[in-house]
Amino acid sequence: MTDALITLDAVNKWFGKLHVLRDVNLSVAAGEVVVVIGPSGSGKSTLCRSINRLETIDSGTITFDGRPLPAEGRALARLRADVGMVFQSFNLFAHKTILDNVTLGPTKVRRQSTADARAYGMELLERVGIADQAGKHPAQLSGGQQQRAAIARALAMRPKAMLFDEPTSALDPEMVGEVLEVMTGLAKGGMTMIVVTHEMGFARHAADRVVFMADGQIVEQAPPAEFFAQPRTERARDFLGKVLSH
Amino acid sequence: MEVFSDKLDVFWNGFLGTVQMCLLAAVGALILGALVAVLRISPIPPLRAVGTAYVTVFRNVPLTVVMFFAAFALPLLGSDASFLKIPGLRDVIKPLGTDLPYFRFATIALTLYTTAFVCEALRSGIGAVPLGQAEAARSLGLSFTQNLRHVVLPQAWKLAIVPLGSVIIAMVKNSALAAAFGVIVTLMGVVDELVSQQYYDAVPVFLGVAVGFLILTIPLGLLLDMVERSQKKVATR
Repeated sequence: MTDALITLDAVNKWFGKLHVLRDVNLSVAAGEVVVVIGPSGSGKSTLCRSINRLETIDSGTITFDGRPLPAEGRALARLRADVGMVFQSFNLFAHKTILDNVTLGPTKVRRQSTADARAYGMELLERVGIADQAGKHPAQLSGGQQQRAAIARALAMRPKAMLFDEPTSALDPEMVGEVLEVMTGLAKGGMTMIVVTHEMGFARHAADRVVFMADGQIVEQAPPAEFFAQPRTERARDFLGKVLSH
Repeated sequence: MEVFSDKLDVFWNGFLGTVQMCLLAAVGALILGALVAVLRISPIPPLRAVGTAYVTVFRNVPLTVVMFFAAFALPLLGSDASFLKIPGLRDVIKPLGTDLPYFRFATIALTLYTTAFVCEALRSGIGAVPLGQAEAARSLGLSFTQNLRHVVLPQAWKLAIVPLGSVIIAMVKNSALAAAFGVIVTLMGVVDELVSQQYYDAVPVFLGVAVGFLILTIPLGLLLDMVERSQKKVATR
């Protein structure tokens, strides 16, 4: 695939003796929404984090937008500016207001004027439904509101792709919906997304492709309708049996 | 007890001398300590080594020895620390500008020594900032320095303020040692002037010196308690 935005080629990673990524090959086209599922410890979070080099890999190559990931320094910072990241534990800057969280990247990294950054920041907060919280600090918001703010913060950089590392796993059940709604909106809007999640409903209706991982390997991948109707491998059938039966 | 009515001006001048030295050393140590802390967490190994070496030396050598080297080795190297005769500042803090270099030597020693402890207090604050904060900043494309300046250090200062306060209180008390290296016009120097030279009773003079230090350190301690309480309030909100 030549039009791939993100390509992983024979990627391996070890945590000490633990082989967390085994010869992983994955290609994500611009505008594609890929949902990564699998049992815990399968390496899906590591995969997600390695794409903007929050985790380093031991062998193989990762290419973003036609260029291999830079090692360190300014080139890596530029790449990260183009890749939005949403964390399980939100990681909003605790000492800054919601709006200041959203404008920090654009003003310091993109060198936008404060006025421009604030205007676009408010527009994004409006879009994720928390414009009225702009002046508050993260600790004053609910988990769902914080995660929506974190999505707005990532979007403020006008990224070419977004990575979601279990974005709803730390949320109370009643707040999962509001975050998934924002993510579904993004997916429909044509954003390139890699989403690590346990939300099978989201995978079903928002994904272009489901990637199933186990033991550091990609076991199978298919469009969601196909994957959920007829998983080809025993591992996937077993996993789906466990998560869908209740 | 007539020493207090006769020689209050001596106490007062000594008190002012100590205040001046402590202000200079505190500001110097906070700035240098922040720099050394940044060295110690820098991604560049040689810089980290410099920071670690600094802390290892100055944290593990008695202040008396540091003062000794400042007072005897600097002159051997031909320096009377005249770079501290900063125009403007030397008009406000008179001892900085004198011909006798001992106030400057002692201030340098106190600053270098305290820097090591400020560095470690700050580093504990940096270590207490959740890792996710720095990761989020990196994932936005912030550089190492931007990350420190806008995300990590503003939070680390707050977490370090109580240990930093303890470091500064210790520094105020440590400043007493300067009198042994020729700095007469400090609180501890009062003893030399009144007891050794003018034969006043030692006990009331030392009482006066103790009160002088308490006037400096007790309010600092109360301030820290206040900061700590207000932080607890924020944490439980």
